[in-house]
Parts: sequence; C-alpha cells; structure tokens
Amino acid sequence: MSDARSEILARIARATSTGSPSSWEEIPRDYRQSSTASDRELVDLLTHRLHDYDAQVVEASSSDAATAVAAMLKAREVSRIVIPPGLQSSLLPPGFNFIEDTGLSHAELNQCEGILTECTLAIAETGTIVLQNVPGQGRRAATLVPDYHLCIVDAAKIVATVPEAIERLNPTAHLATTFISGPSATADIEMTRIKGVHGPRFLDVVLLLE
Amino acid sequence: MSLQPLDPRTAEIFPMAARHLLGDTQLRKNVRHATDVIQNKRRIVVDEMPDWQELRESGKRLREHTMQHLREYLEQFERNCTAAGGVVHWARDAAEARQIVVSLAKSAGAKEVIKIKSMTTEEIQLNPALAAAGIRPYETDLAELIIQLGHDQPSHIVVPALHKNRQQIREIFRREMNLPDLGPSPQDLADAARLFLREKFLTVPTAVSGANFLIAETGGVCVVESEGNGRMCLTLPDTLITIAGIDKVIPRYEDLGVLLQLLPRSATGERMNPYNSIWTGVHPGDGPKAFHVILMDNARTSILADAEGRQTLNCIRCGACQNACPVYRQTGGHAYGSVYAGPIGAILTPQLMQMEHAQSLPYASSLCGACYEVCPVKINIPEVLIHLRNKVVKEKSWADPEAIALKTVASIFRSERRFRAAQRLGRIAERPLVRKDGQGDGWISWLPGLLGGWTQVRDLQSMPKESFREWWEKRAETKGGSDV
Ligand code: SF4
Repeated sequence: MSDARSEILARIARATSTGSPSSWEEIPRDYRQSSTASDRELVDLLTHRLHDYDAQVVEASSSDAATAVAAMLKAREVSRIVIPPGLQSSLLPPGFNFIEDTGLSHAELNQCEGILTECTLAIAETGTIVLQNVPGQGRRAATLVPDYHLCIVDAAKIVATVPEAIERLNPTAHLATTFISGPSATADIEMTRIKGVHGPRFLDVVLLLE
Repeated sequence: MSLQPLDPRTAEIFPMAARHLLGDTQLRKNVRHATDVIQNKRRIVVDEMPDWQELRESGKRLREHTMQHLREYLEQFERNCTAAGGVVHWARDAAEARQIVVSLAKSAGAKEVIKIKSMTTEEIQLNPALAAAGIRPYETDLAELIIQLGHDQPSHIVVPALHKNRQQIREIFRREMNLPDLGPSPQDLADAARLFLREKFLTVPTAVSGANFLIAETGGVCVVESEGNGRMCLTLPDTLITIAGIDKVIPRYEDLGVLLQLLPRSATGERMNPYNSIWTGVHPGDGPKAFHVILMDNARTSILADAEGRQTLNCIRCGACQNACPVYRQTGGHAYGSVYAGPIGAILTPQLMQMEHAQSLPYASSLCGACYEVCPVKINIPEVLIHLRNKVVKEKSWADPEAIALKTVASIFRSERRFRAAQRLGRIAERPLVRKDGQGDGWISWLPGLLGGWTQVRDLQSMPKESFREWWEKRAETKGGSDV
C-alpha cells in the first residue's frame, strides 16, 4: 500500500483528469480593485469605520504625535505599555512606563496594560489595520495579550479596498501578518456583539496627517 | 443534547430527527432569532457593495480553477510551507488524521491542548480521540466552549452554539465554571470565558487549529476569527498543529483580496471580522517553534471525481446558506446528524459518507434556492441536491417510482420557468400532506415522490399563498437575489 501522500495525489490526478485546465490569469476580476477617493475621504471613511467598532480616533500631525499618544494613554488610564523594537522614539511622550519587547514572557506581557505600535497599512472600507512583524510593529503576541492597543496610522498608508491592501502586502506576504478590525469581539451569544473576549478589549488609533 | 458526537453513520434519519426537534420551541426560537439577526446584518453589508456579484463570480471561478488544479496547488503549498519551516503531513481519512494529531501532540509531551474552533476537527471527532490518549482538549472559541461545557454538539458552522440563549449559557457556565453568582448579560458571560481561559492561553504549550485558507504560492495559512482566542492559540504555544481539508488551498496570496471580502460579509455580516492571522511556516521569535499542517482527504477526492458534486468543495464555510434556509431555521442544526448542517450539510455530509449514510439529507430541502442566492461562491446547492437525490434513488432501484419522480424534478429545476410552474403545482399538492395535531409534531411527513416529502411541508405557516421562492424574492431583495 502506498503512502498517504502519493495515494491522495493519485486520487486527485484521476479525479481531475477529465476537466479542462484553465489558467489563474483567466479568472475574471471585474470587482473594484482600487478607488478614486481623495486622501481626505479615505481618512474620513477609515475614521467612520473605526468608530463603528467603538475605537477612538484622533488626528495629529507628526510633530504633535507624542502629545496625541499621551492624551490617549491618559484617557485610558494606561501607564505600563509595551513597545516593539524599532518604534520611532518621536512617538513616545514622557511620563509613561514604556517597556521594550525584547522577548518578554507571556506572563510579563500579561502584566502590561497596553501596547503601542505603528502599522503596515490600513483599509478604509473595512476599518482594518494590518500589522506585520517588522520594526515598530513587532511580534504577534505583544499586540494580543495586553488589554489595550494604541495604533499609530500614517495617513499615507491608508488604502480604500481589501484588494489594494492585498496587492501592497504581496511583496511581504511571507511575514507574519495580522488584520485587526476593531477590538476583540464575539457575537456567539444571541448574535449580540460583545467587545473584548480574549484579545485587547480596547483599541484606539492616532491618525498622522502629514 | 447527547454526549454522543454528531455522526452521520449512527444518526437518526433527517425527518425523524427533525420531528423530535420541532417540538423544542425554545430551540426553534433561539435559532430563528440568531439567524434573523445574522441575515439582516449580512444584507446591509452586502447591499453596500456595488460589486458583490462580480466578487461572487470571481470567487466561484477561483474555486473552480483551484479544484481543477488541486494537485499542483497542494504540492506547491507543501513545498513552500516546508521551505518556511513547517512540516506537512497527509491523511487519507479521519482515522489517519486523528492518529497524526494524537501522535504529534504526544511527542510534544502534551497533557492538554488549546483548540481554535474548527469544523474539520469536529468532522473527524478529534476531541474524543485526544481524550482517549490522555490529552485534554480545551475549546477556546466562546461558542465551542459553551458546547463543550454543556456536553452539547455544534449546530451551525460559524456560530456553533446559536441554538442556546443567554439564560441557558449562564446555567452552563454557573455549573461548569463554578460561578454561582454569574450575571446574565452577554458581557458577563464573555468576561467569565475570558477569565476561565486566560491562564490556559498563557501556559498550555500545544495548540490545534483548523484553517480557512492554505496559500499555495507562499505556503502561508490564514485563519479568520473574532475573539482573539485564535490568535492566542496561533502565537503563544510552542507547538501548533493545523488540520485542513485539501479543499482549503487557494492559488495565490492575491486571492485573499476576493475571499477576505466574501467570507466576513457572508459569515457574520461584518465588513471584516476582528482578526485575520496569516503565518508562513515558523517565524523565529514570533509564535510557535514547531508548526505542523495535516492535509486531509477524508472523501474529498471522491467528491472531486464527481463532476456534478464537485462544486461542493468550493465552499468557504461561511454559513450563509444555513441562515437563509427555511428548513434549517425550523429544525436547527442537530437534526442533520452531522457537524455540517443546513444546505451545505445536506450536500456535503452524504458525499463525505460516500453516499453510504445520511441518504435522507438531500431531501432536507425545499429546493427554494435561497442558499444559492446567498452563497458567496455561487454553489448551486439545489442542483447538487437533485443530483444527490438521483444518486440515492439510483442506488435503490431504477424501477422505483421515486427514481422517476426525482428525474422529473431534476429536469424541471434546470429551467427557471418550469421550476416556478412546478412550485406552484407543488403548493397545491402539498396541502393534503399537512397534518396538524396541535402538538407541533404534525409538521413533517416523510412522503417521497415528486415535490412531495417533508420538503414540501417546510415552513408552511409562513408561506400560505405564494411559493417560497416568490416570497423569498419579495422579502429579501438583496443583490445576491438577482442572479440565480
Ligand atoms: S455552501 Fe456557500 S453559503 Fe453555504 S457555507 Fe458554503 S460558501 Fe457559505
């Protein structure tokens, strides 16, 4: 008897021997792949979608980013905050306990109240921020275990649609990638959306315009 | 419900099981409420998409293309996943898949595993196998936790505990988590689950997951979820074991641009679900140090070999057809005797059983077409149902009058106009079949034959004059509705 792999592949070969081959390029793609929205419209749409998920959004310029971060952290009463390696230091306000994630244990992460990151891009239509394991965003566990996530989104990184996002991510597809659309939630009980089951219960965004 | 896992080989035939469940008014109320809510949410986020039909068409063609080239895409996935540090295993059937998971978990030294909701692991009844090997599985998805603690069985592929309401869930949590003072609000219940599982997430070193998509081009895997329990399982343990049907493969990363639009809007009525995780093999310093993926056949290749049944494999498990199905909405999921309930279950389960069991399931439908209208990858479920009914009767006898009747149905269904005319006739024909004895169990009759059978007496209370299809079209003027 042959091994499972060759047996399954042989079964597939038999099953598909009669159909006519097609190329991937022939698949019709008449859906919207991009949008003509202006930068301002994208910012507004993203903000609207994030509000739908109960995330707070503030706009700031790069020069007052740290001030905006401080205001958010204060409002959420969060002071012990993980930061991924490589986060721009200009984003960090004084007066908070920022702990760089140099391989914190799960228990240590669990003792932190929040995490501050940048992002690779954001999708306006769906209110999604996309994180990858690169400097300023870090490994996946760090944005998961603490109860609060504050994300800095550079407005230049906003795309309108999911296909645009995927196209931009394509060259770095091999990186660990997480799409985050609002705080952790569930609708498992009577289809009522409840915020915060296991991931961060609170998510806020600072939008950097120019 | 029973402790027995849902198993099509031992389950009661559908009309009998449905008949019992129809007496459970609480269950029917819960199912109706939940499916109403999801359907409304879905309608809103589908209607706002000007290109929904184009997306569906791309989704369908993409899945068809993948199935035709399944071999090369699986081999490509295997190569790329292996190159990225993953270990790929192959399993011919459920028993082999179970055995691989158990032996991997054992060699990782696992006494416990944390699990992400996965219908594939339900399909192969993995939990009892783990338990028998002395490994305790913890379900971490809220709905799966409710099912596990309640010694219940899943009734929906996306929202497995949708048949339970908050009071019932509270009772389960009070009892099983030893929380006598637990409050009744959904927030209280979610908080209880968070506390209950937190320590497990931080300490259990082995996780088991399913997969939504395996990306051939990169060797990456994508898991779509809401709660963050998935991310916990995917990133905190040292060892991750993912089990996926061979139908889960997609050709390229770019295809996520289509599927990550179709799936969340169809499944939970969200523009995007809270979390999608994509990982490729092992990422040093980020997540598990060992990653195994099991590619499982378990009768999928026999479905692939059947030209008319093959489209069943295109399914992306969104559950929209369940929510839209008037039969499912009446009976709930358990009546189907399989973890795959509703219209997708009615076509998938008998085929997974190679037509040896679950033969009544292809009859568990009114052929109203609602499932087809909502399906994000345009699986023509009624067509497959008729095809399977034909197979069932073929296996019986060609002289059987039912076989002749079903052949007629099949030809009628091929033509839209004839189908409608037949439905109107069917409505007249079904009247004598309704038996109401005031106990609620007169709803179902098992009367096979042309437009007969239980399928014709579904949901009669809500469709007095117009055919279900006419009623449906008026009621649900979704964009998905114009295309069948
Ligand atoms: S058959 Fe279609 S609608 Fe039903 S679960 Fe599968 S993809 Fe969704």
